Amino acid sequence: MADKRSLYFLIFALSALLAGIIFGLTASLQYVYPELLKEYTPFTKLRPFHVTSVISWIVLAATGSIYFFLTQVENLKLFTPRLLGVHFFLFLLTGIGIYISYALGYMEGREYFAFAPVFVIPVLIGWVLFGINYFGTLRKKVRNWPVYYWMWGTGIVFMVYHISEAHLWLFDYFKIHFVKDMSVQWKSYGSFTGSWNMLVYGISIFVMSKIKKDSQLATSKIAFFFYFLGLTNLMFGWAHHTYFLPTQPWIRYVAYAVSMTEWVVLGSIIYNWRRSLPKVDRMNHPMATRFMMSADIWIFLNLILALLFSIPAINFFTHGTHVTVAHSMGTTIGINTTILLSALMFIIGKANAAFTTQQWLIKRGLQLFNVSLFLFWCALLMAGIKKSYWMYGIRQGIFSEMQDGLTMVYGAISFFGLILVISLCMIVIPLCKGFVQTVRLGRT
Amino acid sequence: MSYLKETFLGIFNNLLYLTKMSKITKRYIFVIAILLALFSVYNYFIYTSEAYTATAALSPQAVKGQELWQENNCWSCHQLYGLGGYLGPDLTNVYSHPDKGPVYINAFLNSGVKSMPKFQFSENEKAAIIEYLRMVDETGYYPNFDASIENSGWVTLKYKNGR
Repeated sequence: MADKRSLYFLIFALSALLAGIIFGLTASLQYVYPELLKEYTPFTKLRPFHVTSVISWIVLAATGSIYFFLTQVENLKLFTPRLLGVHFFLFLLTGIGIYISYALGYMEGREYFAFAPVFVIPVLIGWVLFGINYFGTLRKKVRNWPVYYWMWGTGIVFMVYHISEAHLWLFDYFKIHFVKDMSVQWKSYGSFTGSWNMLVYGISIFVMSKIKKDSQLATSKIAFFFYFLGLTNLMFGWAHHTYFLPTQPWIRYVAYAVSMTEWVVLGSIIYNWRRSLPKVDRMNHPMATRFMMSADIWIFLNLILALLFSIPAINFFTHGTHVTVAHSMGTTIGINTTILLSALMFIIGKANAAFTTQQWLIKRGLQLFNVSLFLFWCALLMAGIKKSYWMYGIRQGIFSEMQDGLTMVYGAISFFGLILVISLCMIVIPLCKGFVQTVRLGRT
Repeated sequence: MSYLKETFLGIFNNLLYLTKMSKITKRYIFVIAILLALFSVYNYFIYTSEAYTATAALSPQAVKGQELWQENNCWSCHQLYGLGGYLGPDLTNVYSHPDKGPVYINAFLNSGVKSMPKFQFSENEKAAIIEYLRMVDETGYYPNFDASIENSGWVTLKYKNGR
């Protein structure tokens, strides 16, 4: 029977995902009906709820998965098991505190961290505790770490750094200099997502190597080459967010040069594409494999998009439009969420043999998820292209006229968003039930 | 004293552990150390470099405006330099826009038009937000219509204040 404490993280994560997608759907409806629920839940309130919930989903699912893999798959004894419990309750109480403060209207932070800055203290303590437990567990026990151990360690350390960096605006030295402040803010956000990607991509390599029973996937020189490439991009490749800010031009030169190295990743994906396609039905974890294959397609599509708008000449037209939203939705839903759901399918297969991952609802849910996400993604691209034309083709037009002209496209975004929510519910609700059942079984 | 002794022993044990690592692990740690050194230098320059154009530090009134911008989640819907939400327009140059400007902003703030919440800013608060947007406007242009796109894919921006 699985250690319940790591599963608590996963149940908490799945609940955050359900909340996040419902907040997101409600917010998207305000693009079509601007006055909808405006008195009670204006867009300004819904967006922080949505963003905080989906970020929580990603980091909590990644954290719970890593704890589970260390203790239940690798059979390592945690450095201090009690810290895991402290970590969980710290995050749970902080999460509840943040939701209550949002409901009461206290949103004093910024885009990714809209909560009052005081909440960042328990968040940081939680990551430090995770780091102590993680490095303490692996130190001396494992020689020649596979790449996923490096990636998780890197992700944890850089999470602490970049969450702290995102709050440098609290100091006047940054706050009163607008350009520097914006630059550091978006540097921290770019690298913050790079940090969680380290956790999530590490999980994907772990799951793939266990499913294929091929340790080479995580120990080869090529695996480490891509790890170091990812780390370089995490550190230096964030500035495409701020190409338009009047920062020192060298910041943009560095970002342009570093982000272009990701063409190597794209080339590698195309080269390995056919070779890596597994025969799903014969695998030990067919649903985990199916989710991982979906992530593969989304990595391909979003990498092309990211590479294109990292070129300043293209970024010039796409920046500040829904093309950026398409990329962030494609990466958080298409890549991060499918990898994490794949990991959760793998985990529940290990933790509760009685749970059938190949049930009709989940299979159909995944199909619907891929189709609806693709259409949702295309509709966002369409909205972005239309806005870009309005900005640079028409120039100086009236904003509300442009928004009214996009009503059909926004309607499509909301409609496909609704189907996406339904498809995710078809996957997440049975999975969440399965984890609750597993925890209950553990208690009897 | 015993605490100090334990700490020193702990450091010594960790150093001993490093010497026992395999050759490949030491090589990976060396690469990470180089990247971290570069990252430290890079961060130092990011944190200490000034804007490319001469821009004034935010005045106390503009700082107050910035706080109101943040506390009321204006960034959820509006953008500055294309960064923020997309439900409302970008406000980087709303202050100097020939058809808009401070009077227009002042009228808009408590209007509650379309999806914009009906804020109840006081006159002082409205003045602070306007001052913040004025100082943002002074830093540059967005959209940067007069930027030049080069064959290399690079974009040379048009700057304010003579650059």
